[in-house]
Amino acid sequence: MRDAVADLVRDGDTVAIEGFTHLISFAAGHEIIRQRKRDLTLARLTPDVIYDQMVAGGVARKLVFSWLGNPGVGGLNAIRRRIEAAPVAASGEPALEVEEYSHFGMVGRYVAGASNLPFFPLRSYFETDMPKANPLIRPIESPYGDGIVYAVPPLRPDVTIVHAQRADENGNTQVWGLLGCQKEAAFAAERVIVVVEELVDESVVRADPNRTIIPGLIVDAVVVEPFGAHPSYVQGAYDRDNRFYLDWDPISRDEDATQAWLREWVHDLAGRAAYVEKLGEKRVATLRPGRAPSGVVDYGDYR
Amino acid sequence: MSVDAGTFTKSEMMIVAAARELAGQHVCFVGVGLPNIAVNLAKRTVAPDLELVYEAGVFGARPARLPLSIGDPTIVTGATAVTSMFELFAFYLQGGLVDVGFLGAAQIDRFGNINTTVIGEYGAPATRLPGSGGACEIAINAREVFVIMRQSKRSFVERIDFRTSPGNPGGDVAGATRAEQGWLGRGPSVVVTDLGIYRFDDSGEMGLESLHPGATVEEVRSTMGWEPRIADPLGMTVAPTAVELRLIRAELDPGGAYTK
Repeated sequence: MRDAVADLVRDGDTVAIEGFTHLISFAAGHEIIRQRKRDLTLARLTPDVIYDQMVAGGVARKLVFSWLGNPGVGGLNAIRRRIEAAPVAASGEPALEVEEYSHFGMVGRYVAGASNLPFFPLRSYFETDMPKANPLIRPIESPYGDGIVYAVPPLRPDVTIVHAQRADENGNTQVWGLLGCQKEAAFAAERVIVVVEELVDESVVRADPNRTIIPGLIVDAVVVEPFGAHPSYVQGAYDRDNRFYLDWDPISRDEDATQAWLREWVHDLAGRAAYVEKLGEKRVATLRPGRAPSGVVDYGDYR
Repeated sequence: MSVDAGTFTKSEMMIVAAARELAGQHVCFVGVGLPNIAVNLAKRTVAPDLELVYEAGVFGARPARLPLSIGDPTIVTGATAVTSMFELFAFYLQGGLVDVGFLGAAQIDRFGNINTTVIGEYGAPATRLPGSGGACEIAINAREVFVIMRQSKRSFVERIDFRTSPGNPGGDVAGATRAEQGWLGRGPSVVVTDLGIYRFDDSGEMGLESLHPGATVEEVRSTMGWEPRIADPLGMTVAPTAVELRLIRAELDPGGAYTK
């Protein structure tokens, strides 16, 4: 992870760590904080706790998003301190820049970026204040004379980072459970880092090609980091650590407590293995789900 | 668990009343927060065949526990289909397959316009809220919109601070209606609060149609920023049943996260 982030994430980059609630690469986010990257534009539909930590860690200049919250818990307090008028005035620091869309708008931006198109059209934003808040959301007339739709511009991250259940050494990556928009975000990016629970033989991938969402063709680095998505979850491997999401709320309300947490759990640890060890086997064990294996399909042998 | 059906909280009444609205509905897009518990209660009571759509990319969810968030792994296991978010928003929602979009809100006005973005000025907000998520496109493309929220002078306002999701009549553009603008959705049809149930008339304005047991018209008036239309005769919401309360307390929200 250290090498992948050092080589592929550069100061000033637009970085997308995608994964909708599921498969969020906290391990990569922490490594970016640890390496003290600067002036990043952080793109993500749902900034979640990981971007709250990264903003608190001082790596971000700007946020591109569609829903800003600690899912199921409340707000993202470190980010709010950099956006809301009173704390921004009190700190004297520049406010975090924000560029805001809806979910479909963000997904469409990745689709346009991945497809080499100048914009993505969608039926949203009518009669709202969204286009006033973000002038990049623009109405366009259908060329076929059937009305107005809205357009959003392509999003082409410098780096997209996704966490997955497994990949082979060539970066062919397989995911099950919620798919979010990782595929779109990866194809839209200049560089792609894949972080996996498990490195598997190429034959495992080839035995089930329908499950491959990202081909090694577009992957620059594969990092093996078991439990790298904690406190988010990995379908079939571990559950969301809801206690963590709840605990983050009071910690993040206080700037000193937030910085102390970052020191203890990010800066003072060498990497994810140390983090998992510090978390402890007991806590990890409580997050293991019961089993619900899929059926087996027969692809057929054609010669 | 034995349940005292004689006592219930305002939040429990709100969730029960919202769940009952889903009777007879087929496909429901489940929003963040209170809609999540209301819809899961409906699935266990008045609408067992309801197809739950989650913006995380699931159609036909069968959650075995109350999802901790709208991206919980329990919405995947046993579901009809996992889709990419692109497919979910493009084919299912924008394609017109969603009957009800169930949303929460921080602020709402009399026409059902919703703010979930900021309190105060957008550029220097007093309070930064989550933003749209999928709400903006749900409000436009779901065939109709249900809203569940607690009412107060701060949430039921004459003017919302930011219009995140459009309500009725959708007529800002040279008087064009939603249909004339090619929107699939006819907009909000019901708002359920901790005090009562509101429905929208032809002018697009909501009016109080039913008062929850224990609530008063005075309380309703004192917790909103405009003078509401009140149905005559005014209905009285049926109190939660022992079955509904047991499901909420024992199964869906034993920690009281939604109902305190």
